[in-house]
Amino acid sequence: MTVTDTVARAAATAGLPQPFAELGLTADEYEKIVATLGRRPTGAELALYSVMWSEHCSYKSSKVHLRQFAATAPPSGALLAGIGHNAGVVDIGQGYAVTFKIESHNHPSYVEPHQGAATGVGGIVRDILAMGARPVAVMDALRFGPADAPDTGRVLPGVVSGISFYGNCLGLPNIGGELDFDPSYAGNPLVNALCVGVMRHGDLQVAAGSGPGNKVILFGSTTGPDGVGGASVLASATFGDAASDSTESAKRPSVQVGDPFLEKLLVECCLELFARGLVTGIQDLGAAGVACATTELAAAGTGGMLVRLDEVPLRDATLGPPEILMSESQERMMAVVEPGRVAKFLAVCAKWDVRAAVIGEVTDTGRLVMTWRGETVVDIPPASAADGPVYHRPLARPASQDALAAGDPAALPRPADGAGLRADLLALLGSPGLADKSWVTDQYDRYVRGDTVLAMPDDAGLLRVDEATGLGIALATDGNGRYCRLDPYQGTQLALSEAYRNVAATGARPLAVTNCLNFGSPEDPAVMWQFAEAARGLADGCAALGVPVTGGNVSFYNQTGTAAIHPTPVVGVLGVHDDVRRRVGIGFLDVPADLVLLGRTEPEFGGSAWAHVRHGHLGGRPPAPDLDAERRLAALLAAAVADGLLSAAHDLSDGGLAVALAESCLRGGTGCTVRLPEDPFTALFSESAARAVVAVRPGRETAFGQLAEAHGVPAAAIGSTGGDSLTVDGCFAIPLAELAAVHTRTLPALFGPVLSDPVVPS
Amino acid sequence: MRIGVITFPGSLDDRDAARAVRLAGAEPVGLWHGDRGLRGVDAVILPGGFSYGDYLRCGAIARFAPVMADLVPAARAGLPVLGICNGFQILCEAHLLPGALTRNAGLKFVTRDVPLRVENAGTAWTRAYSGGEQIVVPLKSGEGAYAADADTLADLEASGQVVIRYAGDNPNGSAAAIAGVCNAEGTVVGLMPHPEHAVDPLTGPSADGLGFFASVLARVAA
Repeated sequence: MTVTDTVARAAATAGLPQPFAELGLTADEYEKIVATLGRRPTGAELALYSVMWSEHCSYKSSKVHLRQFAATAPPSGALLAGIGHNAGVVDIGQGYAVTFKIESHNHPSYVEPHQGAATGVGGIVRDILAMGARPVAVMDALRFGPADAPDTGRVLPGVVSGISFYGNCLGLPNIGGELDFDPSYAGNPLVNALCVGVMRHGDLQVAAGSGPGNKVILFGSTTGPDGVGGASVLASATFGDAASDSTESAKRPSVQVGDPFLEKLLVECCLELFARGLVTGIQDLGAAGVACATTELAAAGTGGMLVRLDEVPLRDATLGPPEILMSESQERMMAVVEPGRVAKFLAVCAKWDVRAAVIGEVTDTGRLVMTWRGETVVDIPPASAADGPVYHRPLARPASQDALAAGDPAALPRPADGAGLRADLLALLGSPGLADKSWVTDQYDRYVRGDTVLAMPDDAGLLRVDEATGLGIALATDGNGRYCRLDPYQGTQLALSEAYRNVAATGARPLAVTNCLNFGSPEDPAVMWQFAEAARGLADGCAALGVPVTGGNVSFYNQTGTAAIHPTPVVGVLGVHDDVRRRVGIGFLDVPADLVLLGRTEPEFGGSAWAHVRHGHLGGRPPAPDLDAERRLAALLAAAVADGLLSAAHDLSDGGLAVALAESCLRGGTGCTVRLPEDPFTALFSESAARAVVAVRPGRETAFGQLAEAHGVPAAAIGSTGGDSLTVDGCFAIPLAELAAVHTRTLPALFGPVLSDPVVPS
Repeated sequence: MRIGVITFPGSLDDRDAARAVRLAGAEPVGLWHGDRGLRGVDAVILPGGFSYGDYLRCGAIARFAPVMADLVPAARAGLPVLGICNGFQILCEAHLLPGALTRNAGLKFVTRDVPLRVENAGTAWTRAYSGGEQIVVPLKSGEGAYAADADTLADLEASGQVVIRYAGDNPNGSAAAIAGVCNAEGTVVGLMPHPEHAVDPLTGPSADGLGFFASVLARVAA
């Protein structure tokens, strides 16, 4: 018999050693729990606090820095729900609201790439669902170690297959994202998943357990031992005399396994429950499972809750209270329902073959109380677990920043002639980070739901929201670890700028920001300095651009040994498109059009793709962000698209004008000829911010020129579209077939062909 | 004109099939897998998706849905039925169509705009096309490799039951590059590519797919 560690037993056995350190709590944190409760915690309480106060759930190291997002947020009439909710909610007009969020699943995806990435999709989709919205699309920002490293050959195909498996089966189009490679991510890939959902204004749901007597219902999957990291430690170290059980548990993997079919049913079930008005409060179960959902619902609601843990449907009958609380079994939701609506609620669940169980009720006691086999095993003030500690971690700018800054890329040898420029362009275009990504994106369904207007490789994903009016939303994510390594403040603003620009390039107006901040250990003052600089850069950047941060996620401890990854904030920008039928893509269409380069080009090569690919160099200063110029450029693009002046638009980023032109030629199957100023190298490969190249519709050149001038955006006619080669006058010409071959062969050569040779029936 | 679209647990492209029906000028009627009866519709579409997660053989569970007990005899009696992707798989499992769909030869899910050749423009669902016409429609599937024994393949070729063939690269290793087949009467058609995602150039590679839906309208009206 296992001894149940009840509240009464805890009160009677003060001073009993408990395995708080094994569960990741410090001695100070443990003492704080004891002081809060006035006794030692029970095993279940210790489990609950340990997961709620983990970095992942409590944001204890990042909170003091994240506060500035709300503090400095620009006034925005568009925000219906901001930071602190499961996801931010933005008004896009015509009665529609959009909610979106990006979240990391880095560590599980390294351990078990397929399931780690799959459950990352599932988790973010439930966040969006919990706001009351129908999830309508996903995106993924992926970063791996060197493309040719053997371990990348294990991790990347698994991650892609996991996203493909889960997202496709769930029926959500995958409309874009990122793929990049850098040695700093070897042993610590970044798998950041974004989901966006759409609802009507009145559909917003709240994550609060309000109304004493209201029932608490757990529905979806059963609860198993998956994802229980520390509970076996807890059981074996102190309380368990069922040693054989705990040994068994310890052998189980801590990565969760996803069931996208059940998630699809859960989505449809929840949306029907919402539509029928059967839900008072709702919370998804992600990290920390039942522990997190109950404490957060209670803390945000009336304040009390009684939960009978025996009622939780289990898939493993040997689980006890600590494991049930910590389990991260997927595809589960928790609802608060008025007693008179419970029968209808359960009937809707039955229609969708979704298991549901009433496990407790809301109380006005101010205590979260849980029972197990008739005895009380948890009795805590819920806010004490939900709020968690707050740390002001030491931070220090590392001395290595100066050495990095001194490595000026101006000293790197540059191509001497047209042949050299040509070779550099092809080298960039075929490099893994810039090569054609069809190997990845062809494994994702981008068509399902029938509203995808633009998807990879266009600058942003563009979705139709209303078939009658053409109202739509654009989404892009960007990040650049190399820029951020050189300067985390400016690098983060460059990530924000690029995502903002990508959204604008479709003709959409940027409205709101989400972020996934991927960093090393917060206990390293150098990493904490990077984090603080990045957070400050993002807050300042959002204020300057007039777009609020609506929510996000922090992922710390991304490192191998003592080597942290490049600081990699990934920024997602949401824009609204007034009429998606007027959108432009990046591809040059089969009509002659003048090409106009927008923005100012300076010799900026620090952290550039050229320095990285051609010289393996990282040093100097990243390009200077120019947020005012970004704002003007975005306004110009939106106006020009609305007026129908453009046939294509492509933002300039990694690889500069050279790569942008090549991508636009390949996307549309039409070439171009450009004339460049005296320094073609800088014109082609500089990565100055706030730039785009556009193709102007014939006859609209004057109108566009006037519009650019009115917006204060420098505009230079650089050539025209047409033909079947990318030609730079006086430098080189590359046939599109050669460009395409170089661009498309890289990933299949690294990771194997997607198509097999045709099978000839015998 | 009323065309039913069945929703199984895990159906995903039901909404898109309904939109295509509407764009073609007919009224889509939702049919629920667990209900009996076909609500008097003039034709039925089994949409794409992952019924029951496709954890077992694709379509193997959906074929036992209550609604199938009414659909199968109706189809045998001449009701026009179109199965798209997972719907094609279900029709094969229900033995309304010959052959089976197996794992893609490349062992990966493939999304791609594929050129197709209409081999039989005489079926209930392809009469709006002309024989040999080439169209572009998205393919998106992980288990889309058409397979049948040699005798069946020979019969299909001889009797004109190969409705659609991949005209470019064979994207999934389908036998004889077969992308769609029909029953002997030409009333029941299964397609691996998704014509409902090629009904508007705004959201698809073309509007070439509309012809499938327009065809059945013409047939039912006739």
